[in-house]
Amino acid sequence: MILLSLVGVFFFGGLLAWLSEFVDVRLPRWVAMLSAVICAGLISRLVFMVDSGGVGLLGWVDEFEGSWIPSLGIDFFFAADGLTVLMLALTVLLGIVSIASAWDEIKERAGFFYFNLLWTLAGVVGVFTALDLFLFFFFWEVMLIPMYFIIAIWGHENRRYAATKFFIFTQVTGMMMLVSLLCLVYFHSLQFGEFSFNYNDLLRVDLPKSIDLWVMLGFFAAFATKLPSVPFHSWLPDAHSQAPTAGSVLLAGVLLKTGAYGLIRFTIPLFPQATALFAPIAMSLAVISILYCAKVALAQTDIKRLIAYTSVSHMGFVLLGIYAWNELGLQGAVMTMLAHGLSAAALFMLAGGLQHRIHTRDMREMSGFWIVAPKMAVVALFFSVAALGLPGLGNFVGEFLALLGAFSVSIPAAVIAVLGVIFASVYSLWVMQSVFQGPSLRQEGKDSTHEALLDLDRRELFFYGVMMIGLLWMGLYPQTFLDFSSGVIEDLVMSDDAAALYAREFSK
Amino acid sequence: MDTIPFEHGLLLASALFALGLVGVTTRRNIVFVLMSLEIMLNATGLVFVVGSSKWGHADGQIMFLMILTLAAAEVAVGLALIIQLYRRFKTVDIDVLSQLKG
Amino acid sequence: MFESLGLLPTFPLLGFLTLFLAGGFLPRRMIGLIGAGSIGLSFLVALSIVMPFLSGDSEEVRHVVYTWLSVGNFESTFGLYLDGLTVVMILVITGVGFLIHLYSTGFMIDDPSFSRFFAIMNLFVASMLILVIADNLLLLYLGWEGVGLCSYLLIGFWYTDPENGYAARKAFVTTRVGDTSMAIGLFLLFTQLGTLDIQSLLVFAQDRWDIGSGFAIAATLLLLGGAVGKSAQLPLQTWLPDAMAGPTPISALIHAATMVTAGVYLIARMHPLFELAPNVQLLVALIGLATLLIAGFTAMTQHDIKRILAYSTISQIGYMFLGLGVGAWSASIFHLMTHAFFKALLFLGAGTVILSLHHEHDIFKMGGKWRQLPVAFASFMIGSLALAAFPFTSGYFSKDEILIGALAVEGVGLWLWLGGVVGAFFTGIYSFRLVFVVFFGESRGHHDEGEVTGLAMALPLFVLMVLALLGGFIHIPVDNVFSHGAALGAAHEEHSVSTFMHAVMIVVPLLGIGVSYLFYCAGVFSVSSLMKLPLAKTLHSFWYSGWGFDCLYKLLFISPFLWLSKVNRRDVVDTFYAGIVVLSVFGNAVSVRSQSGLLRWYILSIVIGIVLLVSLGAFL
Repeated sequence: MILLSLVGVFFFGGLLAWLSEFVDVRLPRWVAMLSAVICAGLISRLVFMVDSGGVGLLGWVDEFEGSWIPSLGIDFFFAADGLTVLMLALTVLLGIVSIASAWDEIKERAGFFYFNLLWTLAGVVGVFTALDLFLFFFFWEVMLIPMYFIIAIWGHENRRYAATKFFIFTQVTGMMMLVSLLCLVYFHSLQFGEFSFNYNDLLRVDLPKSIDLWVMLGFFAAFATKLPSVPFHSWLPDAHSQAPTAGSVLLAGVLLKTGAYGLIRFTIPLFPQATALFAPIAMSLAVISILYCAKVALAQTDIKRLIAYTSVSHMGFVLLGIYAWNELGLQGAVMTMLAHGLSAAALFMLAGGLQHRIHTRDMREMSGFWIVAPKMAVVALFFSVAALGLPGLGNFVGEFLALLGAFSVSIPAAVIAVLGVIFASVYSLWVMQSVFQGPSLRQEGKDSTHEALLDLDRRELFFYGVMMIGLLWMGLYPQTFLDFSSGVIEDLVMSDDAAALYAREFSK
Repeated sequence: MDTIPFEHGLLLASALFALGLVGVTTRRNIVFVLMSLEIMLNATGLVFVVGSSKWGHADGQIMFLMILTLAAAEVAVGLALIIQLYRRFKTVDIDVLSQLKG
Repeated sequence: MFESLGLLPTFPLLGFLTLFLAGGFLPRRMIGLIGAGSIGLSFLVALSIVMPFLSGDSEEVRHVVYTWLSVGNFESTFGLYLDGLTVVMILVITGVGFLIHLYSTGFMIDDPSFSRFFAIMNLFVASMLILVIADNLLLLYLGWEGVGLCSYLLIGFWYTDPENGYAARKAFVTTRVGDTSMAIGLFLLFTQLGTLDIQSLLVFAQDRWDIGSGFAIAATLLLLGGAVGKSAQLPLQTWLPDAMAGPTPISALIHAATMVTAGVYLIARMHPLFELAPNVQLLVALIGLATLLIAGFTAMTQHDIKRILAYSTISQIGYMFLGLGVGAWSASIFHLMTHAFFKALLFLGAGTVILSLHHEHDIFKMGGKWRQLPVAFASFMIGSLALAAFPFTSGYFSKDEILIGALAVEGVGLWLWLGGVVGAFFTGIYSFRLVFVVFFGESRGHHDEGEVTGLAMALPLFVLMVLALLGGFIHIPVDNVFSHGAALGAAHEEHSVSTFMHAVMIVVPLLGIGVSYLFYCAGVFSVSSLMKLPLAKTLHSFWYSGWGFDCLYKLLFISPFLWLSKVNRRDVVDTFYAGIVVLSVFGNAVSVRSQSGLLRWYILSIVIGIVLLVSLGAFL
């Protein structure tokens, strides 16, 4: 029941937030915050229900099953295991953070804004928990449309273009996934005599060799676009740079993770054979993403665009870890998802904060902010070095495990991907240099627009502090998080004959 | 009593339909277009009637009754629209009324 | 008592946290007290731990704090390990570190970011301690990257100057290249041997890999990559001279005494692995030799007092690598220690000079300063004697051991020895060139500046002077660590090092000092007349630029990379999607024409369509 109430709280919280605008314009943000906090409470109950490491695949800690369209085998089937709980916790944490980051920034049509924000969260929670694939697809779309509005209405100068691009990319590949899904269901009805969208049922479907790969690609396209991976990434820099801060935080922190989650939960278990064939290509895509986007990031002058490209680069490690399909790689992918969720969200908040203060995202107009805003500089430094993979912070644990996992299946992929770590240090430090270090424009009297640059206030410091503690925790005692997903991942790797197939494919 | 052959009925319906179609495509006066449309509708109605008498099935005739009511409603709405159009644009020439062009 | 091993990095870490969180509110005296005091406490802890080792009767100790991460068959702990090698390292780090912190309380007192300085310094010491007491390679890597970060932050300490920021980033990225190679080495070791725990790793490697096996070669090469990056050896040495942009105490601590020797420590720690790959070990020796010569030549041409010292550091670490390469493990570690003493002394002395002369770095704008700056003069005199391996100073003993070790190598040994001796000759020249130019001769500016001094700055200098002079008599307790190399040690004894060779090793540095005297003090020869020769001039500018490595890397890596980035700023992949957009816009422009608004045409087209469809159906 917890899962259903999670989705419900966000759904109705959203509606309430919209309506509350007509009472008082300051009310929606409180309603939104309240719903998110309630959900945080619900999730903390789930967290305690997960016995560390004890929950394996299909051993749900909580599930809900209700009938929806029985003639087509469509149910309200929600379930959560350790992996889901991790993702849910990340979602709610970043949900709270994004509401906090919108607190003062969004003044116009606030009710509708928080409605969209909460509905996006509802969609994400649904995506993470739905195990009826029709329901999953429904939430996949729910996630998309409110986000479209967030970008298109509250975005920056080029928002229509960015929002439309985001919509088209996600929608087109979403349709591909729908076709694949229907195909899968059709074959289920051929083999078992009835329609079913239930995950557990579909796992048993044995697709003919000739179409296996194509059906898998439909799912892969949708998830790889969301992730994103080269060559489906180009919506992301536009969407991120144009979205309001809260939108960027949610996009980078949570929405991208739904892609990776989909790959782990659906694509690979549903299509083990096709995946084994496809893995070398997916790993190559991952490596290309890592290097290519790190390189493109370096040339950007728009700070949000730069961070967006680094996101793609980091998600490449996730893709790499997933398609290594061993325990190390998968745990690495999950850790990277969590850690990148926090670090990228924080970086986008910083960029958003800068833009809110000085009304530009152009790094050429920034310099020497350390002097005027030392707290902000230290926070930025922390998250930059987290992004470049400093040991002791969460990102390192994730990337290290992902690479280690990849190394044991494909040495060239891992070795080339490691170069991304060098590039990461180049662009991370470049951002620090050009924004916070160097001569202060104000001191040289060259500039008057930056007078307004204020250092972080207490509210901001609190939220950055929470994320910093999170990253340190992940970096220094990652076992807490690893234990949540270890049961699921062990079973995933074991249960599929994928592991065996992998060994064969790679030994060729 | 000798019945009218099935084919004759169909031929008549096709002829009527074609006539209506030509009317729709060639007339510029919107009233005539509407009338031609009515002819086409009735032509299809005729096919239903013919069919139902051929197979001795009542469904076709019921369908015709439905088309009849539909046509009546359509004419009512259509004429109302024509009057509105005439008031607004002072013309019933369909080629002049091309506001929807891309 | 060995549980207190964990306290070692804890004190500096607490110091860091206190200064990081509360540094802004504390008075300067308090900041200095916390900053230096935390290292002092750490030093006391270190002393209490290592006492049994110094008396020579202790076994190695392990202490696992907690399991860091464990995934499947991969496990890494926060495990600490103590043996003779670690003992030397922690004493150097906390001891020399404490002295340098003490010095900094005086040196940095006027800096507006006093607390930031000490916070990062403390973090550095904590990371460095973790690096040396880690019992597994992943934890070592944590320390390894931690010191890299602190080095970055301290080089760019005065961040308002973009040059400093550039130097800092150069240092970080260059060492990161090495670190990456080391990370790959870690992957390889884990996938082949199933563990990253250093001791079990070494045992497994000796069990499973033959001498000269491919895996051993690959693994050692990759680790070597990490070591040359951190220790500024060929081909990744270019960052260290630029790293001198930071405040002088950090040059002493990080870029002379501790962090740059981490590579030496790594190789010494993994020495059984390197013994499995003799070719790589020889490569280590060759890298060391090449680096020490190249850096020696360059040091002779520099003008900036700190850059001279930086190149001499590179050169001295070259000696350590040479020692490692020839299997003279303990000699290398010995040189690491003595080098920490005399190079810290030289840097701190240089700090005093620079501070006294209002941040003057160019040695040719000094001169005749021995009367003005007596403490600095004494520091430089003693430091340079030790650096040039003047008999019975600390540097003499350690360098001697390395060179004797080189002689013991079959085949190329004599050449390695010869190279080392030539290097010693140049060491004599450049170290005393610095002394003569700065402290003797005519004064060239800054006539009436007094020496900046104070107990906090003078005391560390005096202690280091004593250590630099007498450090050679310390016996380092590393025999147990390198014991299985005892056979090799015995070979040393048997190998007759003739008296002639001993004499050469004593005389050559003196010759170097003499040449330097003739050029820079007595004025018998003049550099300017030498520079009239075109060959000398070309060589000079070539050496001055550090043998052109910077230009080469710029040409090979940096420029192409930047060019590629610039060219592709708009992201070429996006043009594909932009192409789709253009196509659909074009398609729209075409199809919009059919929307004539003429209803009759629409109907006609519908009819035609139906007719076509029906006839198509009829046909099929």
